[in-house]
Amino acid sequence: MNRITPQRAAIAIALALLATLPVWVGNSYYINIASQILIWAVLALALNVLVGYAGLTSLGHAGLFAMSGYTAAMLLAAGHGHFTADLTALVVTLFTTAVFAVLALRATGIGFLMITLAMGQILWGIAYRWADLTNGDNGINVSTRPAPFGLSLSNAPSFYYATLVVFLVAVATMAVFVRSPFGASLTGTRDQARRMTALGYNVWLIRFLAILFSGFWSGVAGLLFIYYNQFISPQVVALTTSAEALLMVISGGSGTLLGPIVGAAIVVVMKNVVSAYIERWNLVLGLIFILIISFMPEGLVPGSVRLWRAGWQAIRGRADAPAAEKPEAPR
Amino acid sequence: MSLWLTLAVNGIALGGLLFLLSSGFSLIFGLMRIPNLMHGSFFMLGAYFGVTLLARGHNFWVAALASAAAMAVIGGLIERFLLRRLAGDQLPQVLLTLGGAFIVGDVCLMLWTGDPWQPATPDHLRGVVQVAGLYFPIFRLVIVAVAVVVAIGLWLLVDWTRLGAKIRAGVDDAPIARVVGIKVSQLFTLVFALGAALAAFGGVMGAPYLSVYPGLDFEMLPLALIVVILGGTGSLLGALVGSFLIGFLYNFGQALFPDLAYVILFLPMLLILVLRPQGLFGKVVS
Amino acid sequence: MSALQIEGLSKSFGGLRVTADVDLAVEPGERRLIIGPNGAGKTTLFNLITGELAPDSGKIALFGRDITHTPCRRRAHLGMARTYQIITLFPRDTILRNITLALLGLSPLRWNAFADLGAQRDLVDRARAALLRVGLDHIAERPLAQTSYGERRRVEIAMALAQSPKVLLLDEPFAGLSVDERRDVQKLLRAIPREVTVVMIEHNMDVALDLADRITLLHFGEVIVEGTRAEVVADPRTREVYLGA
Repeated sequence: MNRITPQRAAIAIALALLATLPVWVGNSYYINIASQILIWAVLALALNVLVGYAGLTSLGHAGLFAMSGYTAAMLLAAGHGHFTADLTALVVTLFTTAVFAVLALRATGIGFLMITLAMGQILWGIAYRWADLTNGDNGINVSTRPAPFGLSLSNAPSFYYATLVVFLVAVATMAVFVRSPFGASLTGTRDQARRMTALGYNVWLIRFLAILFSGFWSGVAGLLFIYYNQFISPQVVALTTSAEALLMVISGGSGTLLGPIVGAAIVVVMKNVVSAYIERWNLVLGLIFILIISFMPEGLVPGSVRLWRAGWQAIRGRADAPAAEKPEAPR
Repeated sequence: MSLWLTLAVNGIALGGLLFLLSSGFSLIFGLMRIPNLMHGSFFMLGAYFGVTLLARGHNFWVAALASAAAMAVIGGLIERFLLRRLAGDQLPQVLLTLGGAFIVGDVCLMLWTGDPWQPATPDHLRGVVQVAGLYFPIFRLVIVAVAVVVAIGLWLLVDWTRLGAKIRAGVDDAPIARVVGIKVSQLFTLVFALGAALAAFGGVMGAPYLSVYPGLDFEMLPLALIVVILGGTGSLLGALVGSFLIGFLYNFGQALFPDLAYVILFLPMLLILVLRPQGLFGKVVS
Repeated sequence: MSALQIEGLSKSFGGLRVTADVDLAVEPGERRLIIGPNGAGKTTLFNLITGELAPDSGKIALFGRDITHTPCRRRAHLGMARTYQIITLFPRDTILRNITLALLGLSPLRWNAFADLGAQRDLVDRARAALLRVGLDHIAERPLAQTSYGERRRVEIAMALAQSPKVLLLDEPFAGLSVDERRDVQKLLRAIPREVTVVMIEHNMDVALDLADRITLLHFGEVIVEGTRAEVVADPRTREVYLGA
């Protein structure tokens, strides 16, 4: 029957805290930070499908994120309704992702990274230069937030709840995905692509579909973003955004679902704190990148788990009397 | 007629600058198997450094060479003390260069502020020269000439010297090169420093033409990427051909479809990736 | 009709001819041993047969069906399975998950992004059965990282057998094993039913010769000698190849 495992208890507590957040965080500034964390967590989770589960590192995800945001913003500015704008944005993002995927999958590893980087930069260039379409550096304003079922999202707590719902759906989808046969196929291609082919898997198609899945949720995050900020500009498409998303994944740890979420929290909080005191966020971002990659490449979540277990064992080891080793089962 | 001529001249001038930028990138990628995401940063930082020297009254060539030397030192230190720690792990190395790029970008902003800087064309290189009834700006031609000289120099280095032979061995098979006694780690540092120097030199050369401004680093980086994807990694000939191709395309594209200049660049990259992923002259990267 | 028929198969890398006009016919149920000194092109031949490498010329037929241009992944679905000389398992998973992945490769379930893989009783049971056959079911839940080399070799074989192949290609299944481990694997291989045709590359003569019906000797990518064990041993060319006489 349903056991109360430590993991389940932790999840229940986390859900309770998230659901009641606006109550115990009174200030709307902090509620907004929580919304930001959730939005970026969705992007980080989407990116991690590729980085952690497919073994494909992308530096072009800001392009997909922004593709969705810009499409919706442009349609809204032209007078279309939220539903039309959002749906079209996601379809356009999926199409763009498909193009990304076909080109980027001509290579793997570093080649994949380079191609996604180049494509992300091209989208940035378009956002910046094609002023007739994107309004260039001036950006596009999004005048209203959607009102699902007539509920207004104009204040911080209500927007937070809407974001929370989307976030939870994203997490649930990811959890199902990861545990599914397709998810296992994907991690298989990460670990032994050649063997997977010999076992009967279509490695290219598996990767292609995973990239589409990742692109879709990046697009969703992009929509949340424009509704939060009610504004979009080429700055969003810059390489720094892709890098921040990647930093969220690697700082939190790419092997789990929790990692990117923790990473998003870390990066968002740091960015807000740092930006309040110094204007040199890029400098700090770069330094953190270098530090984490040099000293804690597996990420903070796995690193902390490792330290926790080591500490726990150390405590137990000192408390117990030295016990005899269990004899190994005969072969 | 003269519009096309101007575009063509600008095209090869940009091509020359791109070659200075991407030759180093191609060498680093060929040998170390990493796309150096700091390469645009070396270009920009080198440009700022050189332009600062110019403002203090130094000779143009002295400024360019001094800047190249300075970047070579910085590049060498980065490779030796940061990248080498991650030897063998390409992805972390690439991300480390990305972090470095962000740092350099902000440092430049701090030191030189956000105003773009366009030094005047050096006196002895100003003006036009008349050839066969057509007028060519001298400085643009000088850029091309310098690029060609550097190309020849690199070709001589790589194909005709012992050092070049070692580099080629390292490019072909680094582990075996080590076994044979080639100090591959030192080569890495050397090539990284050389790449940084070339980029910086290009940055200074290009300053009177492109100017120097925040964001130049991340505008040049994708150009280097596209040149190398197009021309093939590890191939200097590919970098040369690719640079001039992209230089042309960019200029013509900007003139004809200013909003879509980036899309114009995208198309050849798309074609190459679909038809011949190893680039025009590259070997298939395993 | 042969289980596996190869005609005029050739492959060159640059100027180097790795597979030179190889003809091979393996009958259903046969145990064929492929031997030859290092660099003879044995593993390349396997890679050509499985489709991981494309030949320059020649034909490959599986039970009469021309598979020369069939993509590698489809050949698995047609009943071909192989093991690798260098162990290529999934390091981050348990032994059970490794076998499950092998089974999943042939199942339409592999495209399912909604179900819980661990709850697929049928798949899991078949995986356990495959492990039982190689004597590893008692450590099914153990992470691969905590297994010994001998155990991993057996997992390699279990993965291939799990797919119920018609043709099984074993690339040096005894490589790196201790005497005891070799005996275990030998028992395992002898127990493979005759419905499965087995082609094996092996250096280790004492264990391999025992299992073989016919032997093919390769050298510099060419078939030098082929026949029963007695024929090959007696042939003077065999001695030439190995002793360079």
